[in-house]
Amino acid sequence: MSFAWAKQYEPQSAFTKWIDEKLPLPRLVYNAVGAGYPVPRNLNYMWNFGVLAGFFLMVQIITGVVLAMHYAANGLVAFATVEHIMRDVNYGWMLRYAHANGASFFFIVIYMHIFRGFFYSSYKAPREMIWLLGVVIFLLMMATAFMGYVLPWGQMSFWGAQVITGLFGAIPLVGEPIQVWILGGYAPDNAALNRFFSLHFLLPFVIAGVVILHIWALHIPGSSNPTGVEVKQESDTVPFHPYYTAKDGFGLGVVLILFTAMVFFLPNALGHPDNYIEANPLSTPAHIVPEWYFWPFYAILRAFTGDLTIPFTGIVLVQAKLLGVIAMFGSILLWFILPWLDKSPVRSGHYRPLFRKFFWFGLIPTMAVLFYCGGAPAEQPYVLISQLATGYYFLHFLVVLPIISQIEVPKPLPFSITEAVIGKGSAPEAPRAGSVDGGDAGTAPEGSLQPAE
Amino acid sequence: MTIRLGGIIAGLAITAVLVLWSLLPGAYSYAFDPPAEPQPSAAFYEHGHGPEGGFAFDGVFGKWDMAQLQRGYQVYKEVCKSCHSLKFVAFRDLSQLGYTEAEVQAEAATWTIPGKDPATGEQTELPGKPTDYFPPVYYAGQGVPPDLSLITKARHDGSNYVYDLLTGYGEPDPAKAAKVGFETPDGLYFNKHFPNVNIAMPAPLSDDQLTYADGTKATTAQMAKDVAAFLTWTAEPSLVERRQTGWFVLGFLLFATTLAFLSYKQIWAGLKPKKK
Repeated sequence: MSFAWAKQYEPQSAFTKWIDEKLPLPRLVYNAVGAGYPVPRNLNYMWNFGVLAGFFLMVQIITGVVLAMHYAANGLVAFATVEHIMRDVNYGWMLRYAHANGASFFFIVIYMHIFRGFFYSSYKAPREMIWLLGVVIFLLMMATAFMGYVLPWGQMSFWGAQVITGLFGAIPLVGEPIQVWILGGYAPDNAALNRFFSLHFLLPFVIAGVVILHIWALHIPGSSNPTGVEVKQESDTVPFHPYYTAKDGFGLGVVLILFTAMVFFLPNALGHPDNYIEANPLSTPAHIVPEWYFWPFYAILRAFTGDLTIPFTGIVLVQAKLLGVIAMFGSILLWFILPWLDKSPVRSGHYRPLFRKFFWFGLIPTMAVLFYCGGAPAEQPYVLISQLATGYYFLHFLVVLPIISQIEVPKPLPFSITEAVIGKGSAPEAPRAGSVDGGDAGTAPEGSLQPAE
Repeated sequence: MTIRLGGIIAGLAITAVLVLWSLLPGAYSYAFDPPAEPQPSAAFYEHGHGPEGGFAFDGVFGKWDMAQLQRGYQVYKEVCKSCHSLKFVAFRDLSQLGYTEAEVQAEAATWTIPGKDPATGEQTELPGKPTDYFPPVYYAGQGVPPDLSLITKARHDGSNYVYDLLTGYGEPDPAKAAKVGFETPDGLYFNKHFPNVNIAMPAPLSDDQLTYADGTKATTAQMAKDVAAFLTWTAEPSLVERRQTGWFVLGFLLFATTLAFLSYKQIWAGLKPKKK
């Protein structure tokens, strides 16, 4: 794994030598996110979001573990213990608002991370496994976020749990028993709240485990980059530390400023007021909406309004609800076959003129429309618009991508990352020449660009 | 190749089902079916904008107006509490409104809390202590008046909503009401700022209904504004502290991010291609 010129960990003191012999954990970190990991030198800020996602996973785990010390998963007191956290626990309001908005920011950075993958085709060989593990992480995140939203036991918690578990009720024949089994009753109650709390505590650690696999799989081929041209020579890469620790550190600062602005000044802007009303099984809210990060998929779910019938006979083959459920899960599950749908040998959208048009004028507006319609009430014209967008969503991934990857004439690729960054004239003559700056090697930081001895 | 062919077929099939069985019938009925009749009440709803001049706590630098919160507490105690509980607030919390410890104790003692007689063990009512929470309310009429602890967070733009609701009572325009056949049902009251304009709560406030301890003139608007401010505090006691902490954290982050930017620039300086 890694490139021949990757720097080797060299323990300096007797103590670190001793540790390295017994348990080479510092060596592992050095090779994973330290100077021992050579990374393409041309990454833009879209490559920042993996680190940010890891950061917000840690924020969620740390705030969540402390919140769990003060919360009680019991339908009688759950809502009151959340208020206890808000009022009586020292800085409890800060913990809870950081956790609630942290979930939103986790999804923001994950969506940026996924769309980076879409545009730069990060899912293509040799990185399919990284992509597949990423989709698994995303599914786990959605399950975790849904169950976390149930825990405050407000109106939206309760009715959201009712609607989402009701999706399983759409399965023919066994649907209703499955829903009852999942909830532990006929409606969300103590049994459901308790198991959701248990799983909400467990799943983040499962996510952390899959994240480790995700990073492990990443270190086999190394990071992709905006040109989509694989690393060829040492001058194409820089060590992760200090180059990308510094760059990602700055990006983290910017995102933290936005996060702080939300937590301290608009903590409830992304939530729903109804969730400050205690759960009441006898009073249904006017509009049941999930959290904003589920809106695009909620729009797909609701786009199927008509049963699939045999025309003129009235025989129902598949109920509308089941069609919606299949489409909603299918819209994410199809990401699993994405590496094999898009067979264009060129990775980066910058060098794919046709793909690029469909990305910016097809997929992105479609996602924006689905997002908007998912948060809007289920009435016209939103239903009609979300149906058009849902149609394009499936066509884009399943029809457009396979076809354009066949017919598209890509633009010429640069020979190497170095050439893309510095320009043709000044590219080093021979691969693996030490200098990148065309004879001005003195300005390069010491050791970083020299051939491995 | 098989995957791509299967994908294309599946994609076309999903889209066909969506368009033929959902989109077209929906579009047809949207285009040709008569639109649903709007509720007659919808014509009378008016969106409120909160009190004139806003609240002292509005904006990112807003602070509590302690005198106003104390007046709002007086309105709650003399008007609202006969029907609405405040179960997440304790008497000890009143110290945040500028009352001294002795004042909080005296204030708590003016309330009666369900409890046990220490001598006989029988169910009885005891004077409140600072550690007690505001007592539950047993409402005799129909329905359950909502607990008010969180009401300003449980409604969109809640502080303004409470003010608008309390000042939104009146009579519907009779000419307009006759035209659309609108009538407020028996037992409900017309309120132009309530979502369906018929509310079960009769107008709770009227001018000079109470005498403010600090001598402020007790107009309906004044009392509505004061109690809306008080209920904003009960819903989010940490509001002002939260923003102050936020400014401190933001300042630190701006400083740290500037340093991060400078070190990023310095570390990458030797690597950036020279402009030719």
